[in-house]
Amino acid sequence: MDDALHSDEALAARLAVDLDGSFEALVDAHAGRLFSIALRFIGDRSDAEEATQDALVRAYHALTGYDEARIREIRLRPWLATIVLNVCRNRARVRRVATVELAFDPSAEPVVDPVARSDEKAGWALLLATLPPAQRAAVVLRHVDGLSYAQMAEALGRPEGTLKAQVHRGLAALRDALVAADRREREEMTA
Amino acid sequence: MNRPALDFDAIEAALATLAEPAPPSLAHGALVAVGLADDYALIESPVGPLRLAWNGRGVSAIESAADDHAFEVKFLARTGRRAKRRDAIPAGLARAIERRLSGDRRARIELDLRGSSEFEQAVWLKALEIPRGEVRPYGWVAAEIGRPKAVRAVGTALGHNPIPLIVPCHRVVRSDGTIGQYSLGGPGNKRTILAAEGLDPDELEGLARAGIRYVGSDTTRIYCLPTCHNAKRITPAHRVPFRSAGASEAAGYRACRECRPSAAAVVAA
Repeated sequence: MDDALHSDEALAARLAVDLDGSFEALVDAHAGRLFSIALRFIGDRSDAEEATQDALVRAYHALTGYDEARIREIRLRPWLATIVLNVCRNRARVRRVATVELAFDPSAEPVVDPVARSDEKAGWALLLATLPPAQRAAVVLRHVDGLSYAQMAEALGRPEGTLKAQVHRGLAALRDALVAADRREREEMTA
Repeated sequence: MNRPALDFDAIEAALATLAEPAPPSLAHGALVAVGLADDYALIESPVGPLRLAWNGRGVSAIESAADDHAFEVKFLARTGRRAKRRDAIPAGLARAIERRLSGDRRARIELDLRGSSEFEQAVWLKALEIPRGEVRPYGWVAAEIGRPKAVRAVGTALGHNPIPLIVPCHRVVRSDGTIGQYSLGGPGNKRTILAAEGLDPDELEGLARAGIRYVGSDTTRIYCLPTCHNAKRITPAHRVPFRSAGASEAAGYRACRECRPSAAAVVAA
């Protein structure tokens, strides 16, 4: 983590003096984590790939408008996280308007038990997708991307205390969903 | 799935495994989008297949190269950027290029001309104004961009045109009317492309040999460069050849407002 911080500081310094010559290093260092954030926030791989690319393009254009001193001060990890989450939220908003909203019936049985799927990672991803967006963003930044609460406060523009509570509620919701799925499974077996 | 523990530590550990590497195409795609790398594909042309490169800022190169590797080396040397081979040009861009090459100058194509001088860009943008099936002398381009003495520099700039065909440097010929040099594989290719655009290079050079630089109409009393679309409409009975702009003016003819032949005269003289 400390290494990442130091190399990000060095990278920001390089971007400040030679944006075109160092932007590829930013892409190499951050494309993977931004893709992970987008993938776990949106759920769909090709959407996540597009959102990540879009975020990198926005970052580049933002940097072309900043002077040297401002670029030097950017903390790349939280700054880029903010951009990719904004892109993801905007895309979700556009899609919601473009598609017919399905009525949500909380009493309905889930079609598949997310966690019972053979692919454990896919199961966790499906479970994560059931969290409300704000909780999901906080959980993804903290536990998938590994940001500190200070970095998250910067990325999400909310106080650390609020974010800690959100992550806690998110984890609790994930645990409850697992417990419920477990109970369902056992009931089915004994029925 | 067994879930031995439902405590937060176990959930956190599971979440930490959800990070994934970016798909391999993502980094290149982002760099292309901002113009720090390029894609390229083959296009058909009157002189055979060529390689056309593009990025988020526009079309960046058209080259004749023996193969992909030769193209990539040449492209990297000129631009400092990597180019990656694609199966095809994006559909919208391909349509615009087809329209432009068949003479529709309204078809909008962004050009990435980074790395060139202001003078070079002025020359190339001026060449873009020359309609398909017509040619203009180097001196005409020089005069039109306000640098009438820079005829040789215009020739050099056209030789460095990174996007031949789309930037039609083949439509600029020597001030004596002969076809002249061509960067995309030599003068033979220039003749082939001009012929494909409906011009007869032999006829053009025939006029040049006969010393004819302009043609006028004795009904409109207007004189043009020989390939101007207005000149082509003059019937043989009314066609009057001139050796110089001075001779046409002396005969009481005025310059065509579309091909602006007197621009060429300044330096052709």
